Amino acid sequence: MNRRLIWLAVILFVCSVAYMSVGARGPLSFVLPFRGAKLAALILVAVSVSTSTVVFQTVTQNKILTPSIMGFDALYVLILTGAVYSFGGMVVFGFSDQFVFAVSASSMTLAALILFSTMLQSAKADLLRLVLTGVVLGGLFRALTDFMQRIIDPNEFAVIQGASYARFSVLETDLLMIAAATCIISMILLWRMRFALDVIVLGREAAVNLGVNVKRTQLLVLMLMSVLVAVSTALVGPIAFLGLLVVSVARLVTPVEQHGVLLVSASLISAITLIGGQTILERVFRLSTPLSVVIDLLGGALFLILLLRGYRR
Amino acid sequence: MMGWYWAGVFSLALLSFCSIFIGVIDLSVSDLWRDPDGLHLIAISRFPRTIAAVIAGGALAVAGCVMQMLVRNRFVEPMTAGTGQGAALGILLVTIFAPQAPIFLKMMLASATALFASLGFLAIVRRLPPKEPLLVPLVGLVYGGLIGASVVFVAYQADLLQFISVWLNGEFSGVLRGRYELLWLAALGAGFTYFAADQIAIVGLGRAITTSLGLSYGQVLLIGLISISFISALTVVTVGIIPFVGLVVPNIISRLFGDNLRRTLPLIAMLGAGLTLASDIAGRLLRYPFEIPVGSVLGVLGAFVFLGLLYRGQRYE
Amino acid sequence: MISIRNVSYQIGSTMILSDISLEIPKGKVTALIGPNGAGKSTLLSLIARLERLQSGTVRVGNLLVGECSNRELAQHLSILPQTLDQAPRLSVRELVSFGRYPYHQGRPQAEDNRAVDHALTVFGLADLAQRPLDALSGGQRQRVQIAMNFAQDTEYMLLDEPLNNLDIAGARSLMALLCDVSERHSKTIVIVLHDINYASRYADHIVAMQNGTIMAEGTPSEIVNADLLRDVFQTNAEIMHVDGVPIVLV
Repeated sequence: MNRRLIWLAVILFVCSVAYMSVGARGPLSFVLPFRGAKLAALILVAVSVSTSTVVFQTVTQNKILTPSIMGFDALYVLILTGAVYSFGGMVVFGFSDQFVFAVSASSMTLAALILFSTMLQSAKADLLRLVLTGVVLGGLFRALTDFMQRIIDPNEFAVIQGASYARFSVLETDLLMIAAATCIISMILLWRMRFALDVIVLGREAAVNLGVNVKRTQLLVLMLMSVLVAVSTALVGPIAFLGLLVVSVARLVTPVEQHGVLLVSASLISAITLIGGQTILERVFRLSTPLSVVIDLLGGALFLILLLRGYRR
Repeated sequence: MMGWYWAGVFSLALLSFCSIFIGVIDLSVSDLWRDPDGLHLIAISRFPRTIAAVIAGGALAVAGCVMQMLVRNRFVEPMTAGTGQGAALGILLVTIFAPQAPIFLKMMLASATALFASLGFLAIVRRLPPKEPLLVPLVGLVYGGLIGASVVFVAYQADLLQFISVWLNGEFSGVLRGRYELLWLAALGAGFTYFAADQIAIVGLGRAITTSLGLSYGQVLLIGLISISFISALTVVTVGIIPFVGLVVPNIISRLFGDNLRRTLPLIAMLGAGLTLASDIAGRLLRYPFEIPVGSVLGVLGAFVFLGLLYRGQRYE
Repeated sequence: MISIRNVSYQIGSTMILSDISLEIPKGKVTALIGPNGAGKSTLLSLIARLERLQSGTVRVGNLLVGECSNRELAQHLSILPQTLDQAPRLSVRELVSFGRYPYHQGRPQAEDNRAVDHALTVFGLADLAQRPLDALSGGQRQRVQIAMNFAQDTEYMLLDEPLNNLDIAGARSLMALLCDVSERHSKTIVIVLHDINYASRYADHIVAMQNGTIMAEGTPSEIVNADLLRDVFQTNAEIMHVDGVPIVLV
């Protein structure tokens, strides 16, 4: 298992070097910090997405759900729009990105906690109803966002519309420091919970029997996960199926239920997908299609396959 | 029942009247006698827009009802289960490869891709276990999203993004005389399904009963799918994807009046038309003088009703 | 008379029916019995052209199944499929009215309305006519569906396990009603049954199947015996005779 992780790390290193160097023009002193910041942002996003997906799947006890399928990142964009609405667009966007991020991320955590902990409880028996609710809620959040943006001011519409599609080429590097700090803290906390998470996989009864406080763990995980979703969405925008894609691949590459392994391999695969994919798409093939659209296509197909496989007649 | 029909016709007339006199340019009934420009405005823009909303809403509600009968599931509709996205893909491909083709040919090709998309959906649904009714709409949403994503992909490659936002988000503000007339064909398609109402209701009872009553199951299925695809393609190309009308309206009517399509199809068409027209009027008024597209209004409204149906449905199980 | 000649049916490489030849007598109640997976329902589906014939022929009266038009056959033969899995939002009368479709093709005449009323009366549903189906019990709904088949006014009625989901009172009254209908309106009724005792008590003719072949056929007193139970159902239950009807002690 460890050898596979090392291989993944090597591949990631190669991808990063390629990302930094392929097609670089101009003096190194300019290219390195410019691309370095982007690389750091991509890694942050990759790790946030994979980690939030792994822990979400553990807490909800299934392998096809991800925070974005359940509408979490759509919720973040909605909250961001709400922030613009309450503070007045020009002020927020001109004034301080960090401030908006802090406000949005904390309201997101609160909203997600309220919404999804009640939803998880009420729909515990019926996974399909839960998923369908999530998908429809995601659509609702997107529609509400669109609706609000047009209400706020049709002129400013363009400003936020940019923020509601994922793009990996233009990254919000201003937010990098605060995003990195929040992300790293959340990850350390989640990493320390990895053994409790291993136990939760066995089921609620078994976990209680082994002395894990399931409810508290679930709430804490949901909270940290919301923060991670906020980080990745703030940096690049919503990415519907990346989490599902990379975690499913990670479960194939490292087929163990230990979070100590799974969290690492999923993060590595996620980073490889983003950085390698971005390098190939943007620098090698020069496709005009953003990577997020390609990931959505692949991930959507995978989701469909997983659904059909799980419920075959 | 007759009373309900009249109530429907009356409310629809009232809404149409409002629709004609609401908009950025002020127009009142008394102006019409004095101001020839007023009549001109109505002929060029307000009347076509009103008619477009009525036809699109009515036809989509009928198409939704037909699809729910064919798939035997109350949570599906063509605009979210791939048919609408299939039509968008078709028209996009035609725009790329044969931009000079006559509009009628473009329509036919869009209908054909919509039909392929619906056939694909039906083929997937057949393999799902009948005990899991919620799986069908979920698969439909993902399937529709997948085709939608491929539309975006192709549009990026061909640099046609500005076009797809027109097709993927329904809006009536662009409707002018000379640019909506294809929709009359959709009205024709919806009217045609009324003559097949009994067949479609029987198919909703299942394959065995359909065959036992001497109908060819496959044939009715194909006819139903063709009319759905045709209606969807015409709507998508002229006004764009309008979500949830086809889902919400047949459910409401079915709860109130049952599934005897020969009686309920006119009500479904009228409620669909009324809901779409009302949403369009609301979209014009909410942020006056700017407009909110009908797709956005119905996206919010419809999602709420859908969630309501999803959790209310639980009680009957 | 329904005559089946050399019918075989397979799904993939699994033989469901192998070379079946059978005559089902006219104007009688015939029960198809046998253990699960014997091929009873498949045979019924083939007669009713729900599944396409792979080999052999099926003749219903003088109509050749597969050759005659769907609509023509629908005026001579109806089938009650296993269960209507979800109740449509129709009233009792609306569902029964669909039984007339093969005759009016969407434009019901006075005669069709009379046939529907007659079916409702025969099946004791006249009082429930305007009730929605989803307000009925499982047994009542089953009756409504059979009434729809009756309204179809076919000489031949096929029923696939109509007693599923019925309690003993519902099952007995339904079987008695079917016998009565067969006798009074001289209909040929073929029923797939699970319970051998219902077949023995109510049917005129029994066909016992196992592994896709016909093991025995005849009147109840001819074929319901210890040999049949052993060969077809793999059990050694005792048999009692009540009024000349063989009853299996379970």
